[in-house]
Amino acid sequence: MNRFLTPAVLFTLLVVVLVVAVRRAPEKSTIQSVLIGKAAPTFALAELTRPDHVVDSKSLLGRWYAFNVWGTWCVECRVEHEALLAIKRDGRVPLIGMDWKDEDAAATQWLSELGNPYATVVVDRNGRVALDWGVYGAPETFLVSPLGIIVYKHVGAMTAGVWQQQFLTRASAPTLTQDLAAGARK
Amino acid sequence: MLPEIGHFALILALLLAGLQSFFGLTGPVLARERWLAAVRPAVAMQFAMVSTALGCLIYSFVNLDFSVLYIADNANSALPIVYRIAATWGAHEGSLLLWTWILSCWTLAVALASRQLPATFAARVLGVLGLVSIGFMLFTLATSNPFARLSPAAPDGRDLNPLLQDPALAIHPPMLYFGYVGFSVAFAFACAAMIEGRLDQAWARWTRPWTTVAWSFLSVGIALGSWWAYYELGWGGYWFWDPVENASFMPWLVGTALIHSLAVTEKRGLFKSWTLLLAILAFSLSLLGTFLVRSGVLVSVHSFAADPARGMFILTFLVVMIGGALALYAWRAPLLKSTAGFELTSREAFLLFNNILLVVAAAVVFAGTLAPLISDAVGLGILSVGTQYFNPTFLLPVLPLLILCAIGMHASWKRGRISQRRRILLTALSVAALIAAVVILGFYSGARILTPVGLTIGVWIVLSSLIDPIDRWRRKLTISRAVAGMTVAHIGVGVFVLAITMVESYTRERDVALAPGQGALVGEYQYRFDGVTPIEGPNYDGLRGTVTISRAGDLITVLHPEKRQYWIQKSVMTEAGIKMQWSRNVFVALGEDLGAGRWSIRGQVRPWVNFVWFGAFIMALGGIVATTDRRYRRVLAREAEAEPVGAPLAGVVLVGTLATPASRGSG
Repeated sequence: MNRFLTPAVLFTLLVVVLVVAVRRAPEKSTIQSVLIGKAAPTFALAELTRPDHVVDSKSLLGRWYAFNVWGTWCVECRVEHEALLAIKRDGRVPLIGMDWKDEDAAATQWLSELGNPYATVVVDRNGRVALDWGVYGAPETFLVSPLGIIVYKHVGAMTAGVWQQQFLTRASAPTLTQDLAAGARK
Repeated sequence: MLPEIGHFALILALLLAGLQSFFGLTGPVLARERWLAAVRPAVAMQFAMVSTALGCLIYSFVNLDFSVLYIADNANSALPIVYRIAATWGAHEGSLLLWTWILSCWTLAVALASRQLPATFAARVLGVLGLVSIGFMLFTLATSNPFARLSPAAPDGRDLNPLLQDPALAIHPPMLYFGYVGFSVAFAFACAAMIEGRLDQAWARWTRPWTTVAWSFLSVGIALGSWWAYYELGWGGYWFWDPVENASFMPWLVGTALIHSLAVTEKRGLFKSWTLLLAILAFSLSLLGTFLVRSGVLVSVHSFAADPARGMFILTFLVVMIGGALALYAWRAPLLKSTAGFELTSREAFLLFNNILLVVAAAVVFAGTLAPLISDAVGLGILSVGTQYFNPTFLLPVLPLLILCAIGMHASWKRGRISQRRRILLTALSVAALIAAVVILGFYSGARILTPVGLTIGVWIVLSSLIDPIDRWRRKLTISRAVAGMTVAHIGVGVFVLAITMVESYTRERDVALAPGQGALVGEYQYRFDGVTPIEGPNYDGLRGTVTISRAGDLITVLHPEKRQYWIQKSVMTEAGIKMQWSRNVFVALGEDLGAGRWSIRGQVRPWVNFVWFGAFIMALGGIVATTDRRYRRVLAREAEAEPVGAPLAGVVLVGTLATPASRGSG
């Protein structure tokens, strides 16, 4: 074969990979949230376990976190629960849960029975905050960067594969504040 | 009205680029003088139209016309005027227009400077550049129109991403694009040569200054981006192997190979097909970078919003341009035979190794950047590739490359005669090793394995670069701009290597939680936290910390790291406090409010880190100096001179970037 053809052949292979990549780009984020790349909507919500304590979204800044919208009324949420617990055990990116349009008592019971995968659970009783976040239905999981930017949104039950491929790969960028938080814990 | 004028001007520019390509590429084939003569006016008018479009967009930004969607998305009435201008290229649509404008600048420059080239060749070069312009203008108009209206107009805009509200970032994209796009000139020269089926040493001489200038811009652009990341992103590093960084680094590596390979083609008429391939590759990687950043296939800290339609468009463009060029290459390159030979220790051989190692280095970066895509495409899931891969793997080709750099400068063309310089090179190596030992044992405590290696190589390259100019100066010989430029650029490489070695070996870093009045020791520096106070800026408010830095009881400085909350985008930005000194940067960033007045704080002392960027600037300066060499200014006059092939003066140093013997060689 003409050795000068080699670059063209290699380039053809590259194009195949890129075509696959481009066609997969949209399915990577099933329903493209308009919020992706934008600042996560701010909120101040009561914590499920400590109703008198208000969690300000600002306090979550500074490290990667996954914002998981759920409710005890949601079937898929039970499906993803095992995966969420595994994520917690893995411990790399904390889950912040938002209990959406739910009964506090039912939610507390759910967590004590099935285990609590969340670092913090906030309560959005009237669904105002979910509206800000553009939530279609539960479960939905947002990946938020240390600077408070929504980087990725997954609609539907979380799986180990989605977590590994879509969330952890994105959240593996080094961040100051991740380290700082680690430093603060020492 | 103005946005419509801009939009219309861009459409006209597209049509003019079409004419430019048509006349430029068909004129020589049909041998029509008038068609050839029409190319340059088309270029000039295309430039005028793109400038009008860009001008309209900038004007609308300055006057905050929020009826334009792009402006409503990227500006705000509280945004200072400087950043309103910079906001023009702050997001996808506008940066694409900037790219197009810079391409028209390069095209105009080529049109003006190519009058002395053969008319058909110049027309073909401009024709190919016209094709590139068409691609980018179609892309802009079809998928990313910055002039699209928003009805009803927004009362106020959503503001520029606060990360981009920074002086370094205002000039970083233009610099980077001047580099990226500049490689399109070398690409066009390569395509024109392949179309003509003729590539001689004159071709290399015409191509070299363009390539070197583009490379210099790219160097500065990358360095500015890295500097910005250092002080703005708040984690205090200077390189993260992020896909977007890699996208700019790959063309740089291949471009570096190209300027060295061009030296061989110009001096000795060798490496012809290889040089062509590098010229195609450098620009292809620029285009590929654009694709990766703007298509959303790779996620990065600073990628643009993902849009598959855009991805598909650039991919098509990529296939047409690069695929076309590579097909042309497969067809035409076999015609270009290099007959001359060379010995294993000749300069040609060193430059060949240089090229191979640089391309391997680029391949390492390429593999790491695309690994997630490839593994995903073949169904292995998305692989994550980080510093653990890049740092060690990248060093494999680069360490030998640096050693060859120190030696290769002293090899003569055709025959290996390093022996003349062996002694002084060994002396320089000993001196370098001695300096490294003194630095490690005397001034800094401890070392990593690569510390002595990096320091020795860095000093050695600097000394080796200086041998020849000093020799010539002592013998009262003139030093051409090309040799001076090469010396400067290689000193830049040495400085860069030294700086990276020092930073990587002796950075001291601590993350601590401090209450006001408490302190912590970072290396030899005592950081005392004195609390935070509220501040308010034009479009943000926030908190400013006060951290007093002292060393051995002496006050060094008081730093004020900030955390800013930008009102419109609601994002929190970290403004690090940095005390810049020659020999080190003392850095502090505010982390999180831990309650009760306590804050987490990152303290960092990075020795010689400024020289990482300074080294890159020196390299770029070397490129610019070399480009001003006389022979590039008198291209045609030289052709007529028909000088004899001068034997390289004994000991003339001319490698790479900028080789030029005083005995201007060969014809």
